[in-house]
Amino acid sequence: MKSMSKNWPLWEIFIRSKAGLNHKHVGSLHAADAAMAIQNARDVYTRRNEGVSIWVVESSHITASDPDDSDPLYEPAKDKVYRHPTFYDLPDELKHM
Amino acid sequence: MDTNKFNYILQQADNCLILGQRLGEWCGHGPILEQDIAMTNISLDLIGQARLFYQYAAELQDEGKTEDDLAYLRDAWDFRNVKLVEQPNGDFAQTIIRQFLYDTFSCYYYEALKESNDERLASIAAKSHKETLYHVKWSGDWVLRLGDGTSESHERAQSALDLLRPYADELVIPSEADQKAAEEGYGPDLGKIAELRSEKLNAVLSESTLNVPESGFTHSGGKDGRHTEHLGYILADLQFLQRAYPGNKW
Amino acid sequence: MNTESLEKHFNDKIEEDIRIEPKDWMPEKYRKTLIRQISQHAHSEIVGMLPEANWITRAPTLRRKAAALAKVQDEAGHGLYLYSACETLGVERDDLLADLHSGKAKYSSIFNYPTLTWADMGAIGWLVDGAAIMNQVPLCRASYGPYARAMVRICKEESFHQRQGYEIMLTLCKGSEEQKNMAQDALNRWWWPSLMMFGPTDKDSKHTADSMRWGIKRFTNDELRQKFVDVTVPQADILGLTVPDKDLKWNEESGHYDFGEINWEEFYNVISGNGPCNRERLEARRNAHDKGEWVREAAQAYAEKKSRNKAA
Repeated sequence: MKSMSKNWPLWEIFIRSKAGLNHKHVGSLHAADAAMAIQNARDVYTRRNEGVSIWVVESSHITASDPDDSDPLYEPAKDKVYRHPTFYDLPDELKHM
Repeated sequence: MDTNKFNYILQQADNCLILGQRLGEWCGHGPILEQDIAMTNISLDLIGQARLFYQYAAELQDEGKTEDDLAYLRDAWDFRNVKLVEQPNGDFAQTIIRQFLYDTFSCYYYEALKESNDERLASIAAKSHKETLYHVKWSGDWVLRLGDGTSESHERAQSALDLLRPYADELVIPSEADQKAAEEGYGPDLGKIAELRSEKLNAVLSESTLNVPESGFTHSGGKDGRHTEHLGYILADLQFLQRAYPGNKW
Repeated sequence: MNTESLEKHFNDKIEEDIRIEPKDWMPEKYRKTLIRQISQHAHSEIVGMLPEANWITRAPTLRRKAAALAKVQDEAGHGLYLYSACETLGVERDDLLADLHSGKAKYSSIFNYPTLTWADMGAIGWLVDGAAIMNQVPLCRASYGPYARAMVRICKEESFHQRQGYEIMLTLCKGSEEQKNMAQDALNRWWWPSLMMFGPTDKDSKHTADSMRWGIKRFTNDELRQKFVDVTVPQADILGLTVPDKDLKWNEESGHYDFGEINWEEFYNVISGNGPCNRERLEARRNAHDKGEWVREAAQAYAEKKSRNKAA
């Protein structure tokens, strides 16, 4: 069966470092299937107690935004200051809001 | 000193050390980086377990000895590990089958040892059990991949199984130390473990499409200090520095 | 955007210390240089496992054995992080490995020296990892995001390596006469190769200028080498060992140690394949890869079978 692609597929690894936090991208690795990717991630990326939960996604399944589109994608949000709480002027006497 | 308990603890300590040592030989030479790392993790778990057992045995012995005295200054006839764990790594299939035959024992053994009336043994078992559950998952998955992978991997796994099956059951045949430990309540009944294990073995092996050889003959003697020729070489390596420079601190 | 404005945009980012990420436009030469540098580093990690793995089975205590296993395993992990970083640049790990195995790709020449005694485990941790850390810490700010992130992870993990090496040396130096001799002998053999790890002198280093400009190198070879000598000599004093360099002396005026001339002929000899262990190291790596081929194929065939069954 020499026809197979030479590398095991690449997987992106996301780890929740403790309950209450988001899963965070930590890197990638090779594995033949999803179950193995989880095991490998456990062995490679949690050797020092770094995680309580692991997600794996085959890299080829990730769709990324194009950096060339960054102006239309992100510029419009920059001037919408009214989305932030500091935009609104309130009297100092008012606490806790 | 409770000599039987001492010997009993050494049995498992030596199993862990020798298998950990064997797996350590793979470090830097694994079939792919990810699996190199996985094997070293298991080796580290095993060395860790060996240390806990040796430390306890040394305390029971109460002669001021350490874990290292027990690991480094006994000769082959005092080692009580089963012959399975001293078998050479061979190809990856041989390492996997050896590991799987051992893990299917150790996971049930530690589970039962958690009920030991010796609190120290029960606590070592609790910690080790969690580790072994991962090991048996890892080696079991690989048995499936190799058995049901390519024709080459199937053949290699089958010959490894044929080679090592006769070494598998020494683990569950009670030695004198095992018997007495069970009677006194600090060690589990190996009969029950044998059943659970054989169920697990058969389930995984049949899914893997490998043929289980008739278990007609079992090599034994390791638990009584009668080993294969391999152990002498393992110890020559393991103990070299302690033997060449007696009494030095490292 | 045309190439010119893309290039300007790229240079502006470098100038402003904004990280370059995988899908961003980058000059081809930047990409190539990164691949070369990161893969060389990755190769060094996995070839670097071998001299130390050599002593895992012979470690003198169980505590040392566990530490040695963990350390060599970390190196496998570091190799893996770096190969992954490299793969974000559009190359596959297998192609990089093929270059290593064919002898086309380079790796740190220090790993072509043999580990002859247990003290070499100490000397490697202390000197070789010490030199590596000196090289690597500045790279945590490298301009390429995945590389910098891999280096952050590596440096975090690496900190125990040097300490465990130094502790081995310290124990030997406090031990018997034979142990002390063992430690001195290891220092004698590893000192100069460690200095060579920083690469050729600045005037002979052909890659430095571009790499500095692009922020994938933050200090020159000579700067780092000097820094290494300055911190390491006092550490040797604490051990009571003698650094094997008769020209070594503190220079009050410069505030640095002056040290002797490196044997560059030896350096270039080892790089070009004539080191004591070049052949053995490559052979070991090739062997592992070749003997692992059927294993990798089996796992892939099994995975494909399973996913076909699932689909059916």
